[in-house]
Amino acid sequence: MPILQGIVERNNFISDQDMTEIAKELDLSAAQVYGTATFYSFLDTKPRGQFVIRVCKTITCDMHGKKTIIQALEDMLKIKVGETTPNKKFTLLETNCLGWCHEGPAMLINDIPYSGLTTEKVHDIISEYINK
Amino acid sequence: MSEQTLKRVDLIFGEYSNEKYKVLEATLQRSNDDILKDLLESGLRGRGGAGFPTSMKWKFTAETPGDEKYVVCNADEGEPGTFKDREILYRVPRKVFSGMAICGKVIGAKKGYMYLRGEYKFMVPALKKELEAYHEHARELGHDFTIEIKMGSGAYICGEESALFESMEGGRGEPRNKPPYPTTSGFMKKPTVINNVETFVNVLMIMRLGPDQYKKLGTQDSRGSKVFSVSGDTPIPGIYELELGMTLDRFVDEFGDGDTKAVQVGGASGFCVPRKKFKDTVIGFEGVPTGGSMMIFNSSRSMYNVLHNYLEFFEEESCGQCTPCRVGCQQLLKGIVAVKKGEKKALYLEQLMKLSESMKITAKCGLGQSVANSFSSIVNNFKEEMIY
Repeated sequence: MPILQGIVERNNFISDQDMTEIAKELDLSAAQVYGTATFYSFLDTKPRGQFVIRVCKTITCDMHGKKTIIQALEDMLKIKVGETTPNKKFTLLETNCLGWCHEGPAMLINDIPYSGLTTEKVHDIISEYINK
Repeated sequence: MSEQTLKRVDLIFGEYSNEKYKVLEATLQRSNDDILKDLLESGLRGRGGAGFPTSMKWKFTAETPGDEKYVVCNADEGEPGTFKDREILYRVPRKVFSGMAICGKVIGAKKGYMYLRGEYKFMVPALKKELEAYHEHARELGHDFTIEIKMGSGAYICGEESALFESMEGGRGEPRNKPPYPTTSGFMKKPTVINNVETFVNVLMIMRLGPDQYKKLGTQDSRGSKVFSVSGDTPIPGIYELELGMTLDRFVDEFGDGDTKAVQVGGASGFCVPRKKFKDTVIGFEGVPTGGSMMIFNSSRSMYNVLHNYLEFFEEESCGQCTPCRVGCQQLLKGIVAVKKGEKKALYLEQLMKLSESMKITAKCGLGQSVANSFSSIVNNFKEEMIY
């Protein structure tokens, strides 16, 4: 698993080729490696952007306006949930509880959490990432 | 704030003693029997939610023969509405590591692991820094016990202890059959103590205060204090350390917004308590147990939406290994949608209840078994909302 985590850290996702290579090196079946990778929601097996945005969709974030946050992100990035921008910079996803329920709505961009989100805050944060 | 009705406590987040790792040093001088006696005396029960007596867990593992044993700290806090472990690890990581080190001494383990959820990866640099300090002190004290951090990758089920071991060993995080329990066959099939972050801190507090003083907090069945994660419709969301054994109406008096309709105690896998039952509901192992999650809903919230959200959560997080849970979660979700749309009669809810009851009996692990908790408590108490 640490190998898979390392690959995601570097390439943002694990390709089929990566998985067959790991299987060969560790003397496992490719199915075992695939099974492990697809079990974990943070081990992406589809191509992702440089910055993966995961918006918490669990109840308290939902109650505190997750929908408007998603809307703001979709408007800004011109993509829908589950999609990646054409320049491969951003991927927008929803995820389960991130553990920021007291400060919802919340999202993760790669490993960095952002909480207490408002439409304005989202604008500021994303603008910063666009320029990175 | 009504100080007289709710006892706030400042044990867990209390300041460190002046000298680093002083309590650990003093405890390492004591005999294992002494330490276990204090733990038993204190009545400490696991703080992850299930509430197994900590002293027994340690004793069983200590008594299991074997040279290779492990201490694991479960920091895969994934229950919706819970964020206390993040706060503990952020504010007092030293206490957690000390608790683990004491456990290592008692059970005779040389190696400890902390399994941290992927969502908390941003905390790793700070934790590693504190670990360096710990290792330095452990060396000075001549205590042969090292701690390593292992990362999760966004799977709720890995908070289940045997799934967590599978994940630590590098595979899919699917729960194992029990028995054997971790005390005889845990990480790498070796005897293992696995405790929640907060439990390890409590151990240290008991070592510092002694069991008698610790016991003064809480009730007969629920000793000590507990860190609560309060969220939802409350003017003061956040982390609070409170004495166990209070009633829910006192809790709502303090944290509600004056219009509280229901409180979900223990997260998505816990119980939903409606207003009319606040008075008679005790928060603790004798009433509604909780890993710390307290979500407050006011009368503007649709309990149908709440249940729908929870079921979506379970449907996604079910590992898919056993049929009752994999299919059950899907059918419960489909079922309430159908009833709401009028495609199924209201009586269909009874059938769904039966399904959730069978899941409770037949699912392999705590996830599938606990779906029935929130399902039946929400459907029973808010039936009209499910139908209309």
